[in-house]
Amino acid sequence: MAWNMESDRPIYAQLVERIQMQIVSGQYPPGGKLPSVRELAAVASVNPNTMQKAFAELERSGLIITQRTNGRNVTEDEVLIGNVKKGLAREHLEVFLSGMKELGYTGQDTMELLQQYIEGGNQFDMD
Amino acid sequence: MNELVEIVGLTKAYDAEHVAVNNITLTLPRGKIIGLLGPNGSGKTTLIKMMNGLLTPTQGSIKINGCYVGTETKAHVAYLPDRTYLAGGWKITEILDYFCDFYADFSREKALEMLKNLNIDPGTKMKTLSKGTKEKVQLILVMSRNADLYVLDEPIAGVDPAARDYILRTIINSYNPNATVLISTHLIGDIEQVLDEVIFMRYGHLVLYTSVDNIREQHGKSVDAYFREVFAC
Repeated sequence: MAWNMESDRPIYAQLVERIQMQIVSGQYPPGGKLPSVRELAAVASVNPNTMQKAFAELERSGLIITQRTNGRNVTEDEVLIGNVKKGLAREHLEVFLSGMKELGYTGQDTMELLQQYIEGGNQFDMD
Repeated sequence: MNELVEIVGLTKAYDAEHVAVNNITLTLPRGKIIGLLGPNGSGKTTLIKMMNGLLTPTQGSIKINGCYVGTETKAHVAYLPDRTYLAGGWKITEILDYFCDFYADFSREKALEMLKNLNIDPGTKMKTLSKGTKEKVQLILVMSRNADLYVLDEPIAGVDPAARDYILRTIINSYNPNATVLISTHLIGDIEQVLDEVIFMRYGHLVLYTSVDNIREQHGKSVDAYFREVFAC
């Protein structure tokens, strides 16, 4: 199954996000082995050089480690993984909050509504 | 030597009014998958035919692997033309024999494996196959060579979306850092993710040669959308 890419942003950046997501969600656990560039490029249906570029970016950030003879692994540094996860969470929150702001909700209103929604089992009462 | 193809001042004029390729200078590296894009009549097929020695340039030159286009370069270039050239009366197995004789770099095993993956019986005669299946067979023949340069003229236009995915995966799986794949197509959206770089041509001129991610970074849109903007009618 090819990965769906958005059309307005560089492909390698979307690959980076996708793999980050797979790491923080534990699909690739800390210290776990990653598929080769070629394998993952075939799965995602993307150019192997683009996948290579995404891997290089993830290596620079320390999230994945390349061993000369043994392919690539996810880092064992769970603090780092936790920070990447928080970074991704912040991006989701920014999108959510700017949407709520556009609807006219203040931070406080949003918080109350969110609490109602979660406590109500993913719904809330209409007035 | 990282340059695979060196094109210098290349021009093809069919007559004084019809200049199909106009003074193109272009160097293509190894290890890339490159899209050759342009509206109808922009000179893509003429350029490809000159790279394969099927047309003689009016001016300028093409070197592949440091050699001028000729017998030597044909041994290292795998070419998928825009129309079929295989005899209808032949069985696929006979065509495989022919390719084994003709090209030292042809792998019969690889071809048989791909035929099997696409459920094509090698015992069938070409003329009994549908248009799309004929195109698949031709592409399999081309991709079963271990060439330095693959030149594919409209490889996915005639096949269904599922086969298109298989073909793109085949191109990705055959990726070799020493070889380059040049694909001419109108179906940009379908192959964009697979490309490193794109060449835009218009009226025989080279308009742009850049990477897919450069276009996305600079213009905030896909190559497909950018193409529609540049070539808006």
